[in-house]
Amino acid sequence: MGEAFRVAIIGSGPAGLSAASRAAALGLSHVLLEKTGHLSDTIYKYQKGKHVMATPSQLVLRSDVDFAAGKREHILGIWDQQTAKNNVNVRYHAEVKEITGDEGAFTITLTSGDTVHAETVILAIGTQGNPNLMRCEGGDLPHVQYSLDDPGEYIDEHIAVIGAGDAGIENALGLAADPEQRNVVTIVNRNAEFTTAKDANVKALIAARDAGRIIVRTGTSPSKVTADSIIYDTPDGAMTVQCNRIIARMGSAPPRKFVEGCGVDFTSEDRVAFPVLSPLFESTKAGIYVIGALAGYPLIKHCMNQGHDVIEFISGNTALKPADEPILEAKFAGLPGRKSVDQWLEFLRTNITILNAMTPLQMREFMLDSDARFYRAGETIFERNDPGSSLFSIASGSVQVLINAQDPSKFAAIESGSIFGEVGLVSGRRRGASVRAGEDTICVEISRSAALKLQSSVPAAKRAIERIAVQRQLLQLFGSGLVAGDLDELLDRYEILTVNAGAPIITEGDEGNDIYVIRQGSMIVEKKIGGKHVFLSYLPAGSYVGEMALLGNQHRTATVKAAIKSEVIKLPGSAFETLLAKKPQLLARIKTDMASRQDINSFVEARKDSFSSVVDMYSNVANFLVENGIGEATDVLLIDENLCVGCDNCEKACADSHEGLSRLDREAGRTYAHLHVPTSCRHCEHPHCMADCPPNAIHRGPDGEVFIDDTCIGCGNCQRNCPYGVIRMEAEPPKKPGLLSWMLLGMGPGPGEPSKKWSYKHADKKIEKPKKAIKCDMCSGISGGPACVRACPTGAAIRVSPEHFLTVSRLESSTD
Amino acid sequence: MAAQIKAKAQPKIKSQQTSRMASDGRHEGYLRYARFRWLKIAVILSLLMIVSYFLIDVRPRHNGGSWYGYTLGTIGVLIILWLTMLGIRKRTMSNRHWSLKAWTSAHVYLGLSLIIIGTLHAGFQLGWNVHTLAYVLMMLVILSGIWGISVYATLPRVMSANRDQTTETQMLASLRSIDRQLHDAAQPLDQYYAELVQTSLRQNPFGGGIFSRLSNQYPRCKTHKAHAEFMAITGSSPQVGEDPMEKVNSLLGRKKAILARTRKHLQLKSLLEIWLYVHVPMTFALIAALSAHIVSVFFYW
Repeated sequence: MGEAFRVAIIGSGPAGLSAASRAAALGLSHVLLEKTGHLSDTIYKYQKGKHVMATPSQLVLRSDVDFAAGKREHILGIWDQQTAKNNVNVRYHAEVKEITGDEGAFTITLTSGDTVHAETVILAIGTQGNPNLMRCEGGDLPHVQYSLDDPGEYIDEHIAVIGAGDAGIENALGLAADPEQRNVVTIVNRNAEFTTAKDANVKALIAARDAGRIIVRTGTSPSKVTADSIIYDTPDGAMTVQCNRIIARMGSAPPRKFVEGCGVDFTSEDRVAFPVLSPLFESTKAGIYVIGALAGYPLIKHCMNQGHDVIEFISGNTALKPADEPILEAKFAGLPGRKSVDQWLEFLRTNITILNAMTPLQMREFMLDSDARFYRAGETIFERNDPGSSLFSIASGSVQVLINAQDPSKFAAIESGSIFGEVGLVSGRRRGASVRAGEDTICVEISRSAALKLQSSVPAAKRAIERIAVQRQLLQLFGSGLVAGDLDELLDRYEILTVNAGAPIITEGDEGNDIYVIRQGSMIVEKKIGGKHVFLSYLPAGSYVGEMALLGNQHRTATVKAAIKSEVIKLPGSAFETLLAKKPQLLARIKTDMASRQDINSFVEARKDSFSSVVDMYSNVANFLVENGIGEATDVLLIDENLCVGCDNCEKACADSHEGLSRLDREAGRTYAHLHVPTSCRHCEHPHCMADCPPNAIHRGPDGEVFIDDTCIGCGNCQRNCPYGVIRMEAEPPKKPGLLSWMLLGMGPGPGEPSKKWSYKHADKKIEKPKKAIKCDMCSGISGGPACVRACPTGAAIRVSPEHFLTVSRLESSTD
Repeated sequence: MAAQIKAKAQPKIKSQQTSRMASDGRHEGYLRYARFRWLKIAVILSLLMIVSYFLIDVRPRHNGGSWYGYTLGTIGVLIILWLTMLGIRKRTMSNRHWSLKAWTSAHVYLGLSLIIIGTLHAGFQLGWNVHTLAYVLMMLVILSGIWGISVYATLPRVMSANRDQTTETQMLASLRSIDRQLHDAAQPLDQYYAELVQTSLRQNPFGGGIFSRLSNQYPRCKTHKAHAEFMAITGSSPQVGEDPMEKVNSLLGRKKAILARTRKHLQLKSLLEIWLYVHVPMTFALIAALSAHIVSVFFYW
């Protein structure tokens, strides 16, 4: 028979430690069970000298144990000292194997065979015990490790850190901190943005990258590991790199099996779902409480507050409000109806579909970054063309999306529970339509960063957002009188695939009748004629492909491959057939599309026989443009070097239309067959420059132009992120004398960008003009259109969208 | 229904976004602009002049002083003044909708039609006076313009091929880099050969005046001379190891190649511009002579 306690706290991390200290302070009989021989193993395992942060800063700490940002050693020291001082009953080397019994009489069996009895159990075991494993080939090799104790012990190594969360970034920074160690450190992030890491860490990483100490690979994941190398799947294709050590920090999943074994239910079947908890942290198993990272919140301050609070609850102080209560109270103050914070959170969580899978704890944290808003019937929520990248969700009421800007009587309604504004989230476009409240409505406005965080931490929310986005895209794409209900079968069976540049989604001659909708990126269609791949057409995001095999019951007639890293929605052919059978209007529409595509195919094939070299040329030019990133462009400047006399009037016109600075470099850039792609913005479908703009100053305008607004802080991130080198960091030059003064009196530097020397000499020395990022804005706001094109004397310069340039009509005109 | 939102609430697809710049996605040169619109206008104008010249009976014979002559003269001078405005149009980046290509197209064809208008205006009467001076200057301007059209039609593709995706800045940068390497590589050489390299480094490789620039002939090029001397020494011996003479020889060879490309580039650039140095000053001379011509005809009245 073991000892009996009022509370047994399992795990001595910040949460458990804080709970045990509170229990000791209240005089509750307690035991703190720790698996290892020291307190707080997760933080103990942090690398030496790691700076531990104390975020969120607006949250007050409520604990009997102190905590402030500082070095790992310092914090552990304080905790050891205060744990002893608080008379906490710690039992080391006590790894729990099993918890049995019910509230009031739990039996905790340790791996040593001992048992501990307790009336209530607090699980504060965190999630670090179960790191997510490398699942690619070779991921089980001995040089793949999941933690890093002392970055100082490795020298002269090529080290890859997989995962750019806080742990990964800190490991990478530690390994690269001392140049004397001569480590080549690479950090690999699956996404283009660093969504899960703290801001300060991301900034430090970017600084280290710019200093050349760390190689940062974004949009990349490992695909194979061998003894001395690693193969990455990058946006530009596969890449093999030397690598002697891999540190995988790809997050961790709750030790679900053990927790479920205790009788605790989880919110969903998701691998990374969290236990179902009451606002008092009590799980579905009465008497078992869950706090800390396992409860869904990994920040130390939260954990410590929860530790304090859970003991208060257990000891009967159920009226205690969490430490973030006042912040949330203020957020809900403007809403109608008197509800407590908990009631509001529950109201939002149950009413908004994408929030359904959240735990109350996650809801609290989520609402700290979001805003609840109340709109009266008819009140405008946002106007068409407003800038804005936030996502809205409707908790009650409904909103109306104006279909026709001129006619307010035409609108589509969005019901309670759904979301709107998701487009801004994806591509940073301006609002596509005005939205007003249909009745008195309560919305949650989720900032872009909170929405990205939500999607990365709650997979169910990601799927819900994705499903709505897919549904709207399909409705828009196919039209034909489809309504949402028609798509249910497709929406249950669609798949989203990521396709790397150059990889095919459809291969000529293969079987298959699935339909693909291009969601991001673009595709090229090729056909093998006479042993050569002939370019047939270019498909931008928002088009579909695959209908020929479906309707014609035949093999695939052409190969469709990604021009750049793309995302496609795969719709199963059988489900699509069912839909076509129900909707003759859609069938007719698809047949028309198919007929026009077949015409193009047969046209190209016919030309190939008689004008082989012309068709080859057309294919080669298309491939050249695709290689040069035209696949992600929406609008690109192309110069015909048969016509360009090199007068640079385009650059001068650009400078004179934009504060005296040219946003294009005519001469630089690639050329193929006299077709020149100058260094000038292509207004990418998913702009790289937007990925990491601290003041969120880069937007997409109503005509598709990507532009930088006045809030630019000149950090240069966009310039570094742009793969095409089209962004300059420059200070605005002083104003020039007018054209006539120059022509008649020789005053000033003349048309075009003034020389650095002139600008310096004539600058107002009293005003310091900061360098800001400048790039092509497609001459938005200039009624005549792009200055570079208007100012070309010979017609060498045109601006086109790739699908307009890469049409088969080029072939037609050159062979007729 | 949430999902009933139609196109308006969605992002416009790419083809719609760029509708502002309606373009058929093809390059169209200034000569072919709008299916030769200005060629047609110029031809019609000229034909009209020629036909009317023969239909209208001016006594004793056609001359600039008849009502018909005055009409042609007025049309001619208006066209000349408008053509001159191209220089202003090109440099004024106003926001309204206009196309410099359309202006160039009109400039070329209307300019050519001046040959007819001017000649008919003069009634084929030429002599040694200010009137004929204006006529001759106009013809010189037009001839230089034709020269310009011909270089614009032929040289751009040559320049593009010669450039081969490098920019002028890059060409000059690689020259500087080669020069630095030459400077270092020449250190172990004998005084004579070191001096030979120095002459190549000291010389401005693009000096030699306008003739050299336009003809791409640089007979006094020290790099060529130095390379020839190094070739004479090293050409016969096989290249082995770290012979500094061999190293300098190959660097000089590379410099020669880059020089050739850069000089060719500068030649083409100059050829594309030099005609303007005739065309534009002649235009001003023409306007001056034209003013004298117009003022003087008032004295005949």
